[in-house]
Amino acid sequence: MAATVKMTKPKGSIEGLTGDAAIAYALKQCDIDVLSAYPITPQTIIVEDYQRFFAEGQVKTKVIPVESEHSAMSACIGASAAGARVATASASAGLALMWEVLYCASGMRQPIVLAVANRALSAPINIHNDWSDSYGARDSGFIQMYCQSCQEAYDTTIMSFRIAENHNVLLPAMVCIDGFILSHNVERVELLPDEVVRDFVGVRVPVQPLDTDKPITMGPLCLTDYYFEFKEQEDKAMREVFKVYKDVEAEFQKVTGRSYGMYETYKTKDADIIMLTHSSPAGTAKAVVDALREQGEKVGVLRMKLFRPFPAAELAKELSSAKAVAVFEKCLSFGAPTNPLALEVRTALYDLPKKPMVTDFVVGLGGRDVPPATIVEGYNKTKQYLEKGKAPLYETLGVRK
Amino acid sequence: MTAMALDFSKGIIEVTWHGRGGQGVVTSNQMLGKAALSEGNYIQAFPEFGPERTGAPVRAFLRISKKPIQLYSQVYQPDIVVCIDPTLLSVVNPSEGLKKDGTLVLNTTLTPAQIRSKYGLKSGKVVTVDASTIAMQILGRPFYNMPTLAAAVKATGAVKMETVVAEVLSRYPGKVGELNKKAMERAASEVNIE
Repeated sequence: MAATVKMTKPKGSIEGLTGDAAIAYALKQCDIDVLSAYPITPQTIIVEDYQRFFAEGQVKTKVIPVESEHSAMSACIGASAAGARVATASASAGLALMWEVLYCASGMRQPIVLAVANRALSAPINIHNDWSDSYGARDSGFIQMYCQSCQEAYDTTIMSFRIAENHNVLLPAMVCIDGFILSHNVERVELLPDEVVRDFVGVRVPVQPLDTDKPITMGPLCLTDYYFEFKEQEDKAMREVFKVYKDVEAEFQKVTGRSYGMYETYKTKDADIIMLTHSSPAGTAKAVVDALREQGEKVGVLRMKLFRPFPAAELAKELSSAKAVAVFEKCLSFGAPTNPLALEVRTALYDLPKKPMVTDFVVGLGGRDVPPATIVEGYNKTKQYLEKGKAPLYETLGVRK
Repeated sequence: MTAMALDFSKGIIEVTWHGRGGQGVVTSNQMLGKAALSEGNYIQAFPEFGPERTGAPVRAFLRISKKPIQLYSQVYQPDIVVCIDPTLLSVVNPSEGLKKDGTLVLNTTLTPAQIRSKYGLKSGKVVTVDASTIAMQILGRPFYNMPTLAAAVKATGAVKMETVVAEVLSRYPGKVGELNKKAMERAASEVNIE
């Protein structure tokens, strides 16, 4: 499906906002009860802005500044368990410190929204963008949505509460933007009026909140007897996301005129080579496709948005007619046969009778710029590999070797 | 297919700013961006993501387009280059990557002809303004980003002067804004374009 971004419908204001500021503003409008966070670059503006809304009395949220990200997520879980609508934000080392508690959030089925400004992991220390942080958390039971623009970051944050809080889902959700490239980039963002967002997100209806009058225990010991059943249910809930995501987005489109899809296809119909990526490189890849198409190249882009759950069946259909799929991803999975995004794509294609070739290009680690030239290089290589009939499992581009 | 032969930024005006950390490169860039936004454009305004140290050379980038902007890399072939610090001209070559018909805007006491021979520029537009002197005389402090911004606006017409002045006044209400407005008006009247 092609993304439809039509700026119509209800009259909101148009602002120049960074990705971080757009998310903070969405959180403000979503009427969250508790925000607990520990600041880390490049998500800092989200928490800074939100603290300002709080200090100015614009929100009634309980803002809990904590001493670490481990505590931030722990506080979120406690508040969410009491029935609150809860959000936090993190990145990189902060997300890594949250690790243990991420699994508690999903295991306890708390629909917490976690904004991530994707940033590389240490060492060496690097504050810039890649996807190693949230890709590392891909098995944590969080829904993962990757946004390309500040508008999309705003819209997705609003939608994420509806998706996470749906009773068929009840899972925490990550809304991811590329650190600095989007988090600190001022773009045109059309804001919805407060009441439109309020009506859209509604009030969270908790299924089984903590209640001092009717005490219950959450997330207690579960050994060989029932642990596996919990995980079975969690997996089932994750698969429910596909339908809920579509429903929520359809409703959002009715209200705003905007929708993005679980993924976006761009000029893929007759494409011999489809470039597959997400976040900011997907935008650049679309600009590359426009230029290559003018030269007569049959090329398109499939931009992933939903990475968890991974829409494998739909993707297989979209990609089946291509000769090759060129994956661009900002993560190295040391020692793996190939890297996270290409692993998923290859798995999705495995059962097709006629499989496209898959190439995997690791780009932009630690914020190394991904210019159009890097995307063109990957495209050219994929074309050569197609002629040879053979491609390496993965390679790195834009790095001194 | 070589990337050099392709145009990835059709319909987009791309701007690169040069300055030093603390001189207001990021702010000026955002100001120009927000002015373009309020004239109904799509924009991207972002700093070069390096270590930010006071006095170190920094860059900022701006894209302006009538349509949503897909391209997310740094700017490599700007239509407009603005350098707000005259001392940088011996450190970086601000004309690097500038499109053939592009505009180079410099805060300098040199003339456009001198700049052309310094960088071997045969085409495009060269714009100079002595923003440092203007800033010292009107603001009394070396805040030369706004007068340089005014020169860029005057020379390129990327946005209307009144739109960018309105942005400046809304960001700096009161006396600071008024003085900046005065500095900008003077820069616009003293600009040398060749």
